[in-house]
Amino acid sequence: MDAMPKWADVILIPLISILLAAILSALVILAIGENPWEALKLMVDGALGSTYGWGYTLYYATNFIFTGLAVAIAFHARLFNIGGEGQALVGGLGVAIICLYIPWPHWSLALLGAAIGAAIFGAAWAAIPAFLQAKRGSHIVITTIMFNFIAAALLNYMLIGALKAPGMEPATAKFPEATHLPSFQDMFNFGETTFFRGAPANITFFVALIACVALWALIWRTRLGYEIRSFGQSESAAKYAGISPTKIIMVAMLISGALAGMMAINNVQGEAERLVLNAVEGAGFIGIAVALMGRSHPFGVLLAALLFGFLYQGGAELALWTSIPRELIIVIQALVILFTGALDNMVRMPLERLFLKMRRA
Amino acid sequence: MTDQAPAIELKGISKSFGPVQANKDISIRVMPGTIHGIIGENGAGKSTLMSILYGFYKADAGEIFISGQKTAIPDSQAAIAAGIGMVFQHFKLVENFTVLENVVLGAEDSGLLRPSLARARRELKSLAEEYELNVDPDALIEEVGVGMQQRVEILKALYRKADILILDEPTGVLTPAEADHLFRILENLKREGKTIILITHKLREIMEITDTVSVMRRGEMTATVKTAETSPPELAELMVGRKVLLRVDKAPAQIGRKILEVKDLNVTDSKGVHRLKGVSFDVHAGEILGIAGVAGNGQSELLEVLGGYEKATGSIKVNGEEIDLTGAKSDGQSRRAKGISHVPEDRQREGLIMDFHAWENTAFGYHHDDRYQRSKLFMDNSIIRQDTEEKMARFDVRPPAPKLAAKNFSGGNQQKIVLAREIERNPDLLLIGQPTRGVDIGAIEFIHQQIVALRDQGKAILLVSVELEEILSLSDRIAVMFDGKMMGERMPEQTDEKELGLLMAGMTTEPKGPLHEAVEANLAHAGGDASKEA
Repeated sequence: MDAMPKWADVILIPLISILLAAILSALVILAIGENPWEALKLMVDGALGSTYGWGYTLYYATNFIFTGLAVAIAFHARLFNIGGEGQALVGGLGVAIICLYIPWPHWSLALLGAAIGAAIFGAAWAAIPAFLQAKRGSHIVITTIMFNFIAAALLNYMLIGALKAPGMEPATAKFPEATHLPSFQDMFNFGETTFFRGAPANITFFVALIACVALWALIWRTRLGYEIRSFGQSESAAKYAGISPTKIIMVAMLISGALAGMMAINNVQGEAERLVLNAVEGAGFIGIAVALMGRSHPFGVLLAALLFGFLYQGGAELALWTSIPRELIIVIQALVILFTGALDNMVRMPLERLFLKMRRA
Repeated sequence: MTDQAPAIELKGISKSFGPVQANKDISIRVMPGTIHGIIGENGAGKSTLMSILYGFYKADAGEIFISGQKTAIPDSQAAIAAGIGMVFQHFKLVENFTVLENVVLGAEDSGLLRPSLARARRELKSLAEEYELNVDPDALIEEVGVGMQQRVEILKALYRKADILILDEPTGVLTPAEADHLFRILENLKREGKTIILITHKLREIMEITDTVSVMRRGEMTATVKTAETSPPELAELMVGRKVLLRVDKAPAQIGRKILEVKDLNVTDSKGVHRLKGVSFDVHAGEILGIAGVAGNGQSELLEVLGGYEKATGSIKVNGEEIDLTGAKSDGQSRRAKGISHVPEDRQREGLIMDFHAWENTAFGYHHDDRYQRSKLFMDNSIIRQDTEEKMARFDVRPPAPKLAAKNFSGGNQQKIVLAREIERNPDLLLIGQPTRGVDIGAIEFIHQQIVALRDQGKAILLVSVELEEILSLSDRIAVMFDGKMMGERMPEQTDEKELGLLMAGMTTEPKGPLHEAVEANLAHAGGDASKEA
């Protein structure tokens, strides 16, 4: 018998965790002499109070959906891919090359081409650690994190060398007009009222939603997903069933790297429209928290990514309008990660006991 | 004896884990100087009860009396202080310490080790003489056999002045000769006034050695009877709650053509240990070949090779067709395509994915089957669920709930899920390892019937079991494995436990001197890793 009904597991526990993180954050804000209620109002207003705020929240969420899905699919094969950061950087490299060197007639084709390029580059970057894990037993956590540094160095090298645009900045040239993706501002422009004015959210958000559905179908409806989940649950059972560990490690990591790489169509092609240094800005690591909180379920990842998008945008507003320092925003985000990810059992155990008592009564 | 205070008295012990009530209001009296058996199916609550007595768990309710004194046992130190010693199913010994060091460990007299060791050496010597508990004090644990390791565990308890000894499934890893030796030791201990609690699921042991027996079923103590006044069928009925057939009814085998032909099979594992040494045998249609042997003598590797997930050299033919042993076609999928089904030895590690639903487990290994697909891309989960429902009905899986996770079924029902999946494939050859390990008596009967029914349909069956009784009652032919080699074949009606026991220890003739010593020496020589695998 499961100790708890399913809704308590997927909704109640994250909700309580977030609430605890919020209470603790409030205490911290109180301790530095600010008003937590005002701070919360500012965050909500800044992130969700206008279409401009939403535009930023959804832009960040799009990044987190891709990196969260990347971590989630690897988790299903019991692989801990913390190389999302590097894979997304290299994905950006793919996007830049495809946008700069191929004359695209229309943005839709450019989007398709860039998505494929980003996926291939990201997957290729994940392929080397995956191969080392599958064939040599080198631990994927160690290799993927090392590959983050190599990716950053590679990007540096490319941006001051082959891809560098004329000028002082280590960045590529602006992508051609035909590769510019429609932003929400372009898409939701109804004559006199324009929504999402000036916000970076763009059509990639819908690509991310499609990725969620596709990954869900892959994991729970296909033979490959079944094999990945089997291998993740029990390697010895997978061997018995004739599922090749090498194949699963490779395939799961390739999909994971491809998803992380695809983040680049949002931040590189959609927002910056050129490739700059440190383009990923930590989204690869946030993806780990998003996958943890989302229980590695694509729809959970979607919700968690929206929450983290809210925290990012709300936090930026907070730093802008109050004397709460930028660092404290990171503390608040860390608390959410801590409570929803690492301290899951702290909430789960008492709740399970409570449900048992209720059932017995 | 009647006016004596019981050595142990438990009153109204209850304990639950989450929604599961492991012990319900259990009361029991164990008289001093007796051997008291506790018997029950897996999950009946035997181990929980003993863990409470040894201070591992705290009871939710109830009292413990030791020699008439109410005693609180909050931890194992308190249990030892109260004179209780425990020999666990899985030994708790430091592998690279000597026997002497293991005995002293945790019971040193002072900060200096030398005097403690000297005293322990003297004590061990006198205990050895008194109880036939001979051990080599200077041998490393990893180098001695399972039998001696078990004696070290008993000595550890006695060295700590235990008057009450609890043994949890002590014969699971022993050959018949070693088990006999253990029982002699227990008799000696009893004669000296020690009280012994023997936890087991084997009826034969209860009948052979205990004075009194308590039966547990679903967390409750259903009966306590004098062993002399009961019988195996009665005990089985008390355990299961209904009448059970203890013997397998089967017609003579109708032996057909050769299905499996194994020739000169060799396996060397990743550590360079030679696991299978030139194994050859055949299995025919309509016959059950039983492979007996102490755990860790190559049976697991044999099943793994046949099942396709261990590489080997040599030759295997199924239906006259050569099987790929090292290349790309050497995996579980290809074996299944050749008509081989496999019920693995360890269903929780291999046969099932414990966190998967029952229906997901039904497709496991056969998830490429056409009938389970909706389209080229997607699986048809509703067909699989429906198939599971039908299988569950035919194999009487309880509860018949395809959406329940495998881990939530009892051992017997888990085994039925695996068995249903493998048998209903209608294979030419069924590999089946430890079919009834951790399975309750009621389910054993059913599983044995299914195996025999498959044989009667003209299928070839390779049965591997460490339970000699099971081998003897099911097999049409018996082969014995020892140290990666086949020791020979016997017909079940022309052999007995004693002869098979000798073969299991690598001996073809009865040795001079005490039998159990020769058995032990041979088994330790054969790698001595049986204990690690068990």
